Amino acid sequence: MLPLVETKGLKKHFRVPDGWLHAVDGIDISIGEGMTLGIVGESGCGKSTLGRLLLQLLEPTDGVIRFQQKDVSSPNKAQLKELRKDMQMIFQDPYSSLNPRMTVAEIISEPMRRYHLYKGAALRDRVTTLMNTVGLEQRLENSYPHELDGGRRQRIGIARALALEPKFIVCDEPVSALDVSIQAQILNLMMDLQEEYGLTYMFITHDLSVVKHISDDIAVMYLGQLVEQSPADRLFEEPRHPYSKALLSAIPRPKIRVERQRIILKEEISSPINPTPGCRFAPRCIYAVDECRTSNQELVEVDSGHFVACHRVNEI
Amino acid sequence: MDEKILEIENLAVEYRTDDGVVKAVNGLDLTLEKGGTLGLVGETGAGKTTTALSIMRLLPDPQGVITSGSIKFAGQDILSLSKGELRKMRGQHISMVFQDPMTSLNPILTVGDQIAEAIRLHEKISRAEAAVRAQSMLERVGIPPNRYSEYPHQFSGGMKQRVVIAIALACNPQLLIADEPTTALDVTIQAQVLALMNKLKNDFETSMIIITHDLGVVAEMCDRVAILYCGEIVEYGSLEDIFDHPEHPYTKGLFSSIPDLDTRASRLTPIPGLAPDPSRLPKGCKFANRCSMKRPECVKTDPPVVNLDDLHRVKCLLAQGKDAEQHATLG
Repeated sequence: MLPLVETKGLKKHFRVPDGWLHAVDGIDISIGEGMTLGIVGESGCGKSTLGRLLLQLLEPTDGVIRFQQKDVSSPNKAQLKELRKDMQMIFQDPYSSLNPRMTVAEIISEPMRRYHLYKGAALRDRVTTLMNTVGLEQRLENSYPHELDGGRRQRIGIARALALEPKFIVCDEPVSALDVSIQAQILNLMMDLQEEYGLTYMFITHDLSVVKHISDDIAVMYLGQLVEQSPADRLFEEPRHPYSKALLSAIPRPKIRVERQRIILKEEISSPINPTPGCRFAPRCIYAVDECRTSNQELVEVDSGHFVACHRVNEI
Repeated sequence: MDEKILEIENLAVEYRTDDGVVKAVNGLDLTLEKGGTLGLVGETGAGKTTTALSIMRLLPDPQGVITSGSIKFAGQDILSLSKGELRKMRGQHISMVFQDPMTSLNPILTVGDQIAEAIRLHEKISRAEAAVRAQSMLERVGIPPNRYSEYPHQFSGGMKQRVVIAIALACNPQLLIADEPTTALDVTIQAQVLALMNKLKNDFETSMIIITHDLGVVAEMCDRVAILYCGEIVEYGSLEDIFDHPEHPYTKGLFSSIPDLDTRASRLTPIPGLAPDPSRLPKGCKFANRCSMKRPECVKTDPPVVNLDDLHRVKCLLAQGKDAEQHATLG
């Protein structure tokens, strides 16, 4: 299957008072059409920056982004406008990502008005259809976001993202702000929509049980780099990178009488500002040897579709 | 574990706002034994934090009003204490850890001084002695004492939460209330903080109430669990009761809403619909509009609390008769 979205050596460095912050530092990913790639990592690892780079909301420092096999790394204005139709985003915070002065119908119809896609009655019909698709009651079309709860607001965000019939949607922590019972409703909706419209998702989250549920593949990010990428089930059965192992062992599970070995990490985190060569995880890693502190290991395929960036992957 | 450190009876709290009266807690009964750890579980608006603030008597004044019920801490009626007595109680006998460590520390005081301040408020000791005590508290929560003179912004999120815990435990309180203590933290840091809290609980023999929406945290920390919905306890029991034999449809729904890491289900089973507006609560069972097991009588009458055994109790019409059944099988 040809990848819909692909990056090669993608980098984004930000100028900060102390030097350069390497938010995204050489990322290669590829997402097949109709698939979901989950990106997991802790705060500050660069996962949201990666999502914004793919959507051209940030300009990459270096590297290539390909969409449908075409290089789209530095599009001009007209190309960008065409591209944006195919790529949409669902944001984490359903409170701040909706314009408080627009009604539900206005918010959902805005992308279509921007692209002059529908007019008058056709536009109204289209909004009604979209509201039905995401499970919003018709009577809410003239409501304002502040009148609605978090789950409904997130449904508005999803309807808006679907309005232009995109091929690719970046979902940045779409359910993190929601209660568990509502979270499950939204996850089911997103999976139904994927099936129905053949959508491709990049699903950014710190919640590991959510990411396992929705993803085909999962990439684990640590300080701007990928440390492991694998089919979702495989990663949870047998994480190979020491960071993935620690991360998965740290999840509090809603089960009792299950004895688990928990790996507690040291707290010293190396800084993403002017990083030194060597593995970024080495200062916290119990397996680190001198080699780890001086040279950085690229991702290596250890098993079919399972990539790990660790010098000692075969020893541990 | 017979001695009761906290007894709440029939507590009702409402917020009187311009838009109407919000009934946040409606007839809540709860006891906590000495040395026990109780998990208060529920979703946004279930009344978890309101319950905690009622115990601390920190409800927003004048909107938050305790309309009925009693709260007894170590046999003493908290609701009749004067302001001065409350100030003595808070921090010394009951402490609270809030969700966001970023906003619960004072940015312009060093972390060491903030711990020492809590000690000096409650004990007559010199500054120097308080500083020594504060250093040893830092050490106990795993922070090198030489970082005493640093400011909160120099600490990571996990370390800030450790400082907050150090402040809360500085006077060795009998009861610690932790309101979503790890929600704002990354999962690896959360694991550290939970391990620390478990260790300190044993060292200091503190009773704890942990407020959370995460059943994983409950499984790890608690021995008693109360499931809250719309300001009522819909189910209460031991950790085993709740995790092995959940009875209330809401408790069951919560479990089936969480993606399971060990098996692969293609779809989750969410609880349909939304919690009712707390300013317009229905007359019958408050969960009825979302309940898959609903019967006609559920919307008409407020379900009674059914005791399934000494501990395990459920507020559901469907559980009626189960108590008798169980006694029959036992007999």
